[in-house]
This record gives sequence, structure tokens and C-alpha cells, in this order.
Amino acid sequence: MSNTTTNYIGKPASRVDGRAKVTGEAKYAAEFPAPGLTYGVVVSSAVAKGTITKIDTAAALSLPGVLQVFTHQNRPGLAWFDKKYQDEDAPPGTPFRPLYDEKILFSQQPIALVVADNFEVARYAASLVEITYETEPHITSIKNRLHEAYTPKEYKSAEPSPRGDAEKGLAQAEITHEAEYSHPSEHHNPMEMHASTVVLAEDGTLTVYDKTQGVQNSQNYITQVFGLAKEQVQVISPFVGGAFGSGLRPQYQLFLAVMAALELKRSVRVVLTRQQMFSFGHRPATIQHLVLGSTSQGALTAVVHEGFAETSRFEDYTENLVNWSAMLYKCDNVQLAHKLIQMDAYTPLDMRAPGGVTGLYALECAMDELAYKLDKDPLELRLTNYTNIDLSKDNPFSSKELKACYQQGAEKFGWAKRNPQPRSMREGKTLIGYGLATGAWEVNQQKSSAKAVLSPDGQLKVTSATADIGTGTYTIMTQIAAETLGLPLANVTFKLGDTALPQAPLQGGSWTAASVGSAVKAACEGIQEKLLAHIRNLKEGPLAGVQKLEEVLFADGKIILKSNPAQHMLLPEVMRLAGENFIEATVTTKPELRQKKYSMFSHSAVFVEVLVDEDFGTIRVTRVVSAIAGGRIINPKTARSQILGGIVWGMGMALEEESVMDQPYGRFINHDLAEYHVPVNADIHDLEVIFVEEDDDIVNPLGVKGLGEIGIVGTAAAIANAVYHATGKRVRDLPITLDKLM
Amino acid sequence: MNSFTYFRAHEVAAALTEKATAPQAKFIAGGTNLTDLMKVNVEQPHHLIDIRRLPLNKIEETEENGLRLGALVTNADTAYHPLVESRYPLLAKAILAGASAQLRNMATNGGNPLQRTRCYYFYDTATACNKREPGSGCSALNGYNRIHAILGTSEHCIAVHPSDMAVALTALDAKVNVTGPQGERVIPFPEFHRLPGDTPNIDTNLSPDEIITAIDLPTKGFAENNAYLKLRDRTSYAFALVSVAAALELEGNIIKEARIALGGVAHKPWRKPEAEAQLVGKEANPENFAQVAETLLAGAQGFGHNNFKIELAKRAIVRALLQAAKMEEIS
Repeated sequence: MSNTTTNYIGKPASRVDGRAKVTGEAKYAAEFPAPGLTYGVVVSSAVAKGTITKIDTAAALSLPGVLQVFTHQNRPGLAWFDKKYQDEDAPPGTPFRPLYDEKILFSQQPIALVVADNFEVARYAASLVEITYETEPHITSIKNRLHEAYTPKEYKSAEPSPRGDAEKGLAQAEITHEAEYSHPSEHHNPMEMHASTVVLAEDGTLTVYDKTQGVQNSQNYITQVFGLAKEQVQVISPFVGGAFGSGLRPQYQLFLAVMAALELKRSVRVVLTRQQMFSFGHRPATIQHLVLGSTSQGALTAVVHEGFAETSRFEDYTENLVNWSAMLYKCDNVQLAHKLIQMDAYTPLDMRAPGGVTGLYALECAMDELAYKLDKDPLELRLTNYTNIDLSKDNPFSSKELKACYQQGAEKFGWAKRNPQPRSMREGKTLIGYGLATGAWEVNQQKSSAKAVLSPDGQLKVTSATADIGTGTYTIMTQIAAETLGLPLANVTFKLGDTALPQAPLQGGSWTAASVGSAVKAACEGIQEKLLAHIRNLKEGPLAGVQKLEEVLFADGKIILKSNPAQHMLLPEVMRLAGENFIEATVTTKPELRQKKYSMFSHSAVFVEVLVDEDFGTIRVTRVVSAIAGGRIINPKTARSQILGGIVWGMGMALEEESVMDQPYGRFINHDLAEYHVPVNADIHDLEVIFVEEDDDIVNPLGVKGLGEIGIVGTAAAIANAVYHATGKRVRDLPITLDKLM
Repeated sequence: MNSFTYFRAHEVAAALTEKATAPQAKFIAGGTNLTDLMKVNVEQPHHLIDIRRLPLNKIEETEENGLRLGALVTNADTAYHPLVESRYPLLAKAILAGASAQLRNMATNGGNPLQRTRCYYFYDTATACNKREPGSGCSALNGYNRIHAILGTSEHCIAVHPSDMAVALTALDAKVNVTGPQGERVIPFPEFHRLPGDTPNIDTNLSPDEIITAIDLPTKGFAENNAYLKLRDRTSYAFALVSVAAALELEGNIIKEARIALGGVAHKPWRKPEAEAQLVGKEANPENFAQVAETLLAGAQGFGHNNFKIELAKRAIVRALLQAAKMEEIS
């Protein structure tokens, strides 16, 4: 199909929703209007732990325009069982229930909702609510508490499973490296604040505009908690201003807005403040203990990776933190542990590449340190331990072009010019360092549905209840549909983010392209089948006699006879002859069983150059080359953007990001974007993305692996390794701020 | 944010009259800091007097061959003004090291020195802060104090002043022209801001009923030998951990006059005349610069997380002076 005009997969395409976004036509959760809309503002706890002994709402209620102040004292009776509050992404435990009782479980816990008929009054009234607490001592750090760590009953992904005998492997080792790596809590901080607009219709049904990564997850939560039928609640979320995992669980503004709407019988909007964006799930702080043993030639004889991570008092949040150390390299003896330490803070939450970006940071820094001990090039060390088998499962990889990532990345970067000696490359007072790291991320396909409807004017509408959190879902689904039916991109519209549409998984885990993409392709193939059924009935015309799909080509807006391309028909012609006004197909796709015999991962090799001021320890990341093996790339333009975003965030993780927990208050204290630093334009220099060729017909029918997370994985470790190479100083606690280098 | 009333003044006299009738009112110009503080309930004025339209929006040469910066000229227009660029490049550099382009387009010359500290605890009404609520305590002393002061602190407050512009104005010996019910007066810039002492709630020696009308730059601009060095946690849009405004007058390699002001280390831009005097007649070299750094940092005290600032400031002083003396490239 390479010579057709409707060959879109693999070609760059600008975002189909780009114009709507830059003109403001695209509406976000807090922007949908409603007649008689009221506004809720959340009052947050000033303390981390204790009991509310008094809430004085009199001053707030006395303001003209204030409709109600909801607290634990006057909230409606709601669902009783934990299960009702457990959303699709809930870890085991007792989910937090807003306004449940007088107990304070974490600082900034929502303890009241002030609703008024305008936002300004609601906000002012919220500042007048007076709360008296009886505080209790809180614990908000995992440092020095490793002895309290426990093994959770249940892990979100695979349990850490040892193999071989690490103790023996270490005894055999000629060189060992042992160290502790850590990083702080981090918050997602999407540009768009979490918001819900709940519109109450006269018949009592709710239309909920929510910031979410899965409308069906929000719908299920609302129906379970408030005892409503699905028909009574439609959740809509066409655009999301970034989420990065923060929208994987319904956040408390949704609960509060729905509760207020039902109680007041009014439409209600609740938008969180930037400060309140630090009041819920976040990347958990971890402390990781790594021991590597190797032969004098660098062959790994043992890998020990023990991770200690924060969780809340009420849920056991886990992520795939340590299993990477069992799959990435060839080693017979692996010992893993992943333990939790409770804090008086909210439960952590998936944040871009959860576990991978943190666990691999530790492993890849440890590998770098081992390379220096071995006096071996860090790239050589990785090649020495390269494996084509996932030894943690004894499965072959469905595809693994990591070697090509190393080779192409190293060449583009100029890795060969590196002087292996730390602190050996400089220009005046500027120290220069090169570093590299490997990245990996799981490939998953989830059950997904999509519907395609072809109209007589040749327009195709495809729908699925997935999300586009800025990833480019609208665009690639349009490309997949257009190419499958051979239609121009302009003839295809893709709709998402609505519970009225066919079911789709949460948008997360880098699986949307693979999962929803497969469903979209299958739905369009369903249309092909239906068109074929009509073609079979044709007694005359260019396609008469065609019996099988293999005999024709859907391209250039036409159905073309392969054996004689001069013979073709337009899609609407077939419909007209068949007397069909619409042709539609709804298809659900699931992963194929044969996937179970394989391990499926995307990989990356990240090469970084840093310049460090010798006197001040200020670091500039001047060059990054990220070589990605991510299967088939549907849209190189949006794909590159995905990876660039990941690299930039990796820079933030390495050098800037930290949710600072004030210990006396048990409160994240730098809770705004002036003091919670993410990279700015001036931090960004030369970034290069390479997509290496990778064919994979196991992962899914499209051969795509997903790119949402792989770009961030590996970046922080590569930067940390480059900083060591530049300075000779190893900082094992992120972020690497200048004070740590002085 | 509370409900407030609003008055727009077109003449200085009208602004002062309005203030006299509503003493608790706040003046607002660019609003880049006040509105932030209002949103988080740190400031809750019931009345705002908008002075943005006052006719104080020119940059003019003074009779003494200096420059008068109107209080309501934006920071951006000031930094890119040809006379500022050519005669007071140190000021232009300091302004452009601060905030973001968007903020500099709104912020004014009179407002910039009046911005409040960026101490986390000052901004969070759930915590104690003597600057926000006198007598409530200082949370930074035993809290997270990485960005806090190492010089001139008191047991009541260890906050720093966040302005870059003010550091350069201190070094340049600028003068603040103010007007109020008692008439006009001039405050030398180095005396404009205060140390916290036991009244950390009072940032400056400007009376609440006075308005800044202009900032005067003296004749001497040190255009030939100056540097503004700002060290921070990211390349832009971050407050200084340490900054140095350095200006030298050189005769060959001999220092005739030196000015050094530090930002990010104290409740006000930090300057020490005896340190500057120490350099006069000396050769511009790293050893002499290191000595003056020791003098400037004498008595510096860290509070745990910010201990690194002492050594960082010393190194920054040396580097900035080397840059001012053109003995080192500016990276």
C-alpha cells in the first residue's frame, strides 16, 4: 500500500485537535457552561493527623450567595462498603472518603466544601470556615524507618520473585558494588487543575464533565458511591490538560461536586487550586538498596535490589519497582524485595512510568558504578550482560532491538569521544560529563471496543470511550481508521471521552495505541467485511466477481481490484447500490493468547552530555540522544513529542523536582509552581530522538508498543551518571541540586 | 480571596487622598505579587488603590547627569531602555535575571523592590510566620530553610528578599523618591529595606501611606566593569539562592572603586562598605577577591539546609568580581 495517498501509518501527521486546542475551542472540565451553575470551593486541613473538634461555618454561611457548607457533620449518608469506593486503579485497602468523619489522615485533606452561586463568594467563604483540631503526632518520612517496612499482601504487578542464589552469586563475584539510591516524592502537576462540572438535568440525571484518564472509571465510582444507575450518569471528558497518572483515580473534587449537586439539586463545579494539587496521589519517595556482583570481565553473578517505598496508612500502593532488575540483564542469581512504609500522607499514585523510572534509575546508576569499578566502558558492560531471553519468566522477548538503540544512540551522540576517566573533560571551569542508561517499559494490550460508522457521503466516524491526555490519541486513531479504510484523513473523525461510547480501558500504562488502536483497526475491518458482503452481490461493474477481501485494496478513497487497479469503486457507490444508508461495525479486541509465551517490552538507550560549573555545581544538560525501540511508530511527529516530553521530565526528576515534606507540619510545603521546579525552556538544549526499526507481530495486530512512558525511563540515571563522569562525585539522592555537588 | 473595592487614581495627590480616607487600603500597580498573595489569603485588603495610571511612567535624565526611572515604568521597558543598557548595564542584567518575560512586562520599578519574600511559610496560612502574623513564630528556623537567609537574620525571621533588581540598585547607590502626606523625601536604596529584627512584618522604611514616585540612578553607572551573577535551581524563572551584583572602577589592574551587593542571603540586599573599601587601591585578582568575600560573609550563619549558601556566596563573589574585571568569561 506504500504508493497510495491514504497510507498514514508511519507518517508524520499534525494533531487533528491542534487547531481546537490553540484557538480555545477545545473545552476542558471546568469550562463547560450550565444554567444556574453553582461553585464549590474546598477547605483543606491545616494539620497532618488528628481530629476535628469543631467546625464553625456560621461566618461562611452568613455571606449572601452561600448555599451550603458541607462537612462530615452534614454530609448525606452514602455507600458503606470500601468496595464501592474502589475505582479501577485503587490499591488494596480502604479508599479515602471525603467528609467521612472527623479524622484527619493527611495534611490538606478536604474537610469542607463551600458552595455559593458565584466562585468569588465561595472562595471568600471558604477562608472564613474555622476549624479546631486536636492534633496527634504524625510521621511523614521514610528515612530511618526501614526497620518498619513490611511486605504488602498484594502487589499491583508481578510479585518480586527471586531466582538462583544471590548470596552464592555474590560469594563468586570478583567485583561487587553496593549502594543506596533515593529520591523524594514528586507530584504530577499537570497544567490543568483537577476539576468537575456536574450538570443536573430536570429529570435528575447527571452529566459530569470530569478531568479523568477514564470516563468509565469516574462513572462507576459515582454510581457505586451515590447508589445511582449508569443511565443516570454520563461522564464526558473530551480534552485533558495533562494528567500523567493523576487522572487514573477519581479525585475528591468529583465526589464533592456530585454530592453537592445531588443535595442542592443544582449544577455544581469544583476546581482544585494549585496548592490542592499537592493534596492527593503522587510518586512515592523510595530508598533502594542495590548490590551487584560480577566477574572481573563484567559478567553479572548476582543482582540484589530491595526497594522501600512510602504508602499511606489506608492503602498499600505498589508499583513495579524492582522487577526490572530481574529482566534487563543476564544474571542467574537475583534477589528482590519491595517493601512499604506507612506515612500520614495520601496514598501514592501512578505517575508517568511508575516504578520503572525510579527502579531503573537505581539499577542503571548501580551498573554505571560497577563499570567504573571494573574499569569497563558502561556501554560495554551492558552489552556483556545483554539477554534475548527475559530470565525472570524464561520467555523470549516478542522483539528487542535494544542493541540497535545502543549502537545508533552511541554513534549519533559520539560516545566514542568519551574519556573514561571522571573529571577528565573540561573547558575552563566547566566540567564536561557523558553518561548513559538503559530504559525499559512494559507493553500491554487491554480489552477495548470501538465503533465505526460509514456514511453515504464517504465520511467515517469512529468512537471509543478512551481519553487523550495530550498524547495524540485523537490523531493516531484517525490515522489508523483512515488507512484501514483507505479514506483521506479529512473524511475521518474520532470521538472519545464519553461514557456513551464503546468501552475502553483507562488511558495509562502506554497501552492506548496498542489497545484502542487494535479495536479501531478491527472496527474498520468490520466495515470492510460488510462492504465486501455487498460487493459479492454485485452482478456487474468494476468489482463484480470479487469474493474475498484479499482481492481488493482499500486506498485513495476507493476499493481497488488488486489484479487490475484500473477497476475500482468509491465506498459510497457500493453503499448506494446496496441500498445502505449507513454501514457500522462495533468490535471488541482482546490480547491474543500467544502473547503469554513472550515477554513484551519497549526499550531505550539514553545518552547525555552535561556541563557542570566546577565552583558552583550548577548543571546544564546540553545534549540528550534517546534511542527508542518502541515497535511500529504510527505517527513519528506525535511520537517524537511524546519522547521529548519524557526526556524533559527526566531532566526534572534528575535535577529539579522534589515535593518537599515539611516534617514539623507533615505538609508538602513547596506547593506551587514557583517553588516546585520543573524544567523551563532555558534548561532545554539539544534533544534528539531516534526510533530504531523494530518489527513485532506478537504485541498486537498493529505492531505498536506505546510510547507514553519509555521517554522518561533512563533519562534521570543517564544524567546522574554524566554528572559523576563530569565531577567525580556520585550523588545518589535525587534531585541533584547544586548544594549536593559543592 | 476576600471581596474588595477598587479605586483608580490618575494623579498622585488623588492616590494619597484616597489612602488617607482608607488607611488599610493597598496600592496596586503591576499586581504581580499582590494578587498572588491575595489568592492565598496572605493579603486581604478590603480596598485597592490602582496607581498604574499615575503619570510616573517615564525614564528621564536628571540634572546631575543621572537617570530617573519612573515608578510605573515596567521592568521590561527599563531593562531594554537604551540609556539603561548603555549606562547602567548592571541594572539591565539584574532585571533580566529575574522572573519571566511575562512578569517583567507587568511588574513596575516601584513595585519590584516592594515584593514580599518567597518563604514557603509566609505563603501558607496553615503555618506560623512572624512576617505574616507577628508573634506566631518562625516555621523556617526549624523547618525547611534551604532558600533562607544566612546574614542579618533574627530569631523572628530568616526570610530573604527575592528581588534581583533591588540588588543592582543597592550596588549602584540608587535613591528612592517617595511622596506622602508629609511631602516628598529621598531614601538611599541601601537604607530602603530593613533587617527583620523583631518586626519582620515590616519589609521597608517606606511608610504605608507613601508612594514611590521614581528611582534615581546616580551619574556613576560602572558601565565598563560590572557583572550580575545569579545562582539558582534552574536556568530561568527561579529565585536566587545567591546572587551578586559587582561593579568596579579600574585603572589598569588597580581598583579605584568597588561595589558589591548580594541577593538571596538576607532580608535585604547585602552590602558592606568596609568590604568595598578593602579593595580600593588593590590589584584585581582572585586572592583579593577571595578576601573581600570573607569580609562580606563575616558572621554568616546557616540554619541546616542553607549552610551551603555561605561557601556558595563566597565563590560567587569571586566569580562575579572576576567577570566584572573581565578576567573571566561570562557563561
